[in-house]
Amino acid sequence: MKSVERYLLPVLTAMVLIALWHLAVIATGTNIFPSPAAVAKGIFHLAEKSLLWSYIGDSIMRVVFGYGAAVILGIPLGILLGWYPALGRLVNPVIQMLRPISPLAWMPLAVIWFGVSNVAPIFLIFLASLFPLLVAAMDGVRNVPPMFLQAGRNFGLSVPQLMRRVVFPAILPRLLVGLRIAFGIAWLVLVAAEMIAVDSGLGYLIIDSRNAGKRYDLVVGGMLLIGIIGLAFDTMFRRAERLARAE
Amino acid sequence: MRRLVPFLGVALAVFAWHLAVVMTGTRLVPSPWAAVRAIGELAQKGLLLKYIVASLFRVTWGYFLALLLAIPFGIALGTWRRGELAVNPLIQVLRPISPLAWIPIAILWFGVGDLSAVFLIFLASFFPLTVTAMQAVHNIETIHLSAGTNFGLSRPQLLVRVILPAILPQLVVGMRLALGVAWLVVVAAEMIAVNSGLGFLIVDARNAGDRYDLVVAGMILIGAIGVVLDLLMRRLETLDFVRWGYASE
Amino acid sequence: MKVRFSNINHHFGSTRVLDRIDLDVKEGEFVCILGPSGCGKSTLLNIVGGFVKPSEGEVRIDDEPVTGPDPRRIFVFQERGVFPWLDVEQNISFGLFKLPEGEQRRRIDHYVQMVGLKGFEHAYPRELSGGMKQRLEVARALAVNPDVLYLDEPFGALDSITRLQMRRELLRIWEAERKTILFVTHDIEESVQLADRVVVMSQRPARIQKIVPIDIPHPRDLSDPRYIALRDSIFGEIGLAHQV
Repeated sequence: MKSVERYLLPVLTAMVLIALWHLAVIATGTNIFPSPAAVAKGIFHLAEKSLLWSYIGDSIMRVVFGYGAAVILGIPLGILLGWYPALGRLVNPVIQMLRPISPLAWMPLAVIWFGVSNVAPIFLIFLASLFPLLVAAMDGVRNVPPMFLQAGRNFGLSVPQLMRRVVFPAILPRLLVGLRIAFGIAWLVLVAAEMIAVDSGLGYLIIDSRNAGKRYDLVVGGMLLIGIIGLAFDTMFRRAERLARAE
Repeated sequence: MRRLVPFLGVALAVFAWHLAVVMTGTRLVPSPWAAVRAIGELAQKGLLLKYIVASLFRVTWGYFLALLLAIPFGIALGTWRRGELAVNPLIQVLRPISPLAWIPIAILWFGVGDLSAVFLIFLASFFPLTVTAMQAVHNIETIHLSAGTNFGLSRPQLLVRVILPAILPQLVVGMRLALGVAWLVVVAAEMIAVNSGLGFLIVDARNAGDRYDLVVAGMILIGAIGVVLDLLMRRLETLDFVRWGYASE
Repeated sequence: MKVRFSNINHHFGSTRVLDRIDLDVKEGEFVCILGPSGCGKSTLLNIVGGFVKPSEGEVRIDDEPVTGPDPRRIFVFQERGVFPWLDVEQNISFGLFKLPEGEQRRRIDHYVQMVGLKGFEHAYPRELSGGMKQRLEVARALAVNPDVLYLDEPFGALDSITRLQMRRELLRIWEAERKTILFVTHDIEESVQLADRVVVMSQRPARIQKIVPIDIPHPRDLSDPRYIALRDSIFGEIGLAHQV
């Protein structure tokens, strides 16, 4: 009974909402805002033309490069800053000042440095994910219980061994949460960057559909795709967190 | 001496910036001093205060509206299992839609102006806050709820005297994170959807004559205000009735 | 006649937890429920506390069936039960909201004194030791002047010295206020030191295996042959030779 509810209730709510949406479109007699059916048709249409797939591919490629670069750079750097507190004290204020600058505010500079190309949005995504990751790794290392480090040294581990066998496993759970949060922000920034700086990708699809002929069915379709892909990534990260905790 | 280290870090960073500008001989990226002068120029033209107020105004409205609706909503879902089952999957699908993706719809519904920006910030804060409140209710120790009912509290009393204080520490952390996202979104929204505010300043300075000194001035202001907002929220976290927290117990 | 369990059966899903529990507890009596970890004794306490509905049977208190938690009967958890967002005074006054201001003040002062938290009135639980938090929880319970106290392994998380002190404190308070006390524990020594009667529970599904009256006056001498004999009889009852 309980497990039936678990699937039935969300489906029911979704149906009610879609029905309300449909009714609202009819009741207001709007010509601009699409009905659910129109959105479904729009997505289907795009999928047929294969444009959709290349847009999705572009968006994911940008996020993978920008976010990947941030992971490769940010985590070791964060661990370093956490391990050497003096260095941390020196660099942390700079991080804290750069962090709240909306990554999108870097857009004009990114365009000077990299031109209107794929590199500009990748750079923005890199910035958006770098700071949360740096902070997560740094805080993680600082919060490793001293007991663990003592035990590690007691068993005669060298510093690299200590890093690999004690510090890294100890910060992993916190790091995974940081990775997920950073990805959420990267995904948000990606869409904005594509709306402003390039001419492909899901963000571009949305802004272009609006500007070129008020195709709001494609706008809403694009939004749903962004939501679903974002949810898929989020679920992946949560699964990784659960695996790490179960170990 | 230890106190000075952080300032040293910032000073070094500014100096490195200055050096980089001088050494590359770039005309486009301004030196630190040029950026400071640009802030002065904005202040003189009366735009500094106007843009800051415009951005803060939008964030305040959108964010508080979200607080007002999301927290009761999240608590309701957290205490009512069926409701959560019904609504949670939808929240999970809507949440990862970048609030900026709503821009075309915001403009369609609310036109180009403050209302659109407020709507976007509302969306940006609403989902994380709802999820935080819901999750926080789940994390309440059963013992505390049992103790509350044992002392004869009615349901409204339980809400005020146990549930709210118990979720507050997590809620305050969630509020800080949501405000950070709201601040990020206001800048983006202003770059696309309105004609004032710090985000607009950046786009406008670039489009109208490549004034990169103003662009960087805008970035500095955005960063500085972000730091202040973050510090204010962190202050909340140190209040006595918030400073406990299940994690630290 | 105060608390009467009649024919309580309980199961979680297909697991039987409690098997035909019949027990009478007299007014003002101190009863320890003793059993191995996970046997279901906490479930029994949760049933009499009104937090869990038994699968079968009922509990009556003064001939009134228990239908839910009631402020006349307060449950004391391990020290984690104090509210971490309230200071010592606010915790003690938590259940006093129906009383006039002056009476609240009087009771707060009285119980702060009684459990030895003078000077810590405005401290938060995180600033208190485990023993202090436990005393605070007992004070919070006593302040509403309940007829019955339910204690669920209240001293389990404390170190052994503090635990001994807490037992002495609890007995002192019980002798002063004569509440009916139901005390769940897995510690044989603890039960023999405290109780008028020890109810020995079996492994799951828990039955009442034996009820052992402890006819030694307080304060009890732990080297008294009678104490040792009773203690060893319970060790034997549970199937443990008293040897390490």
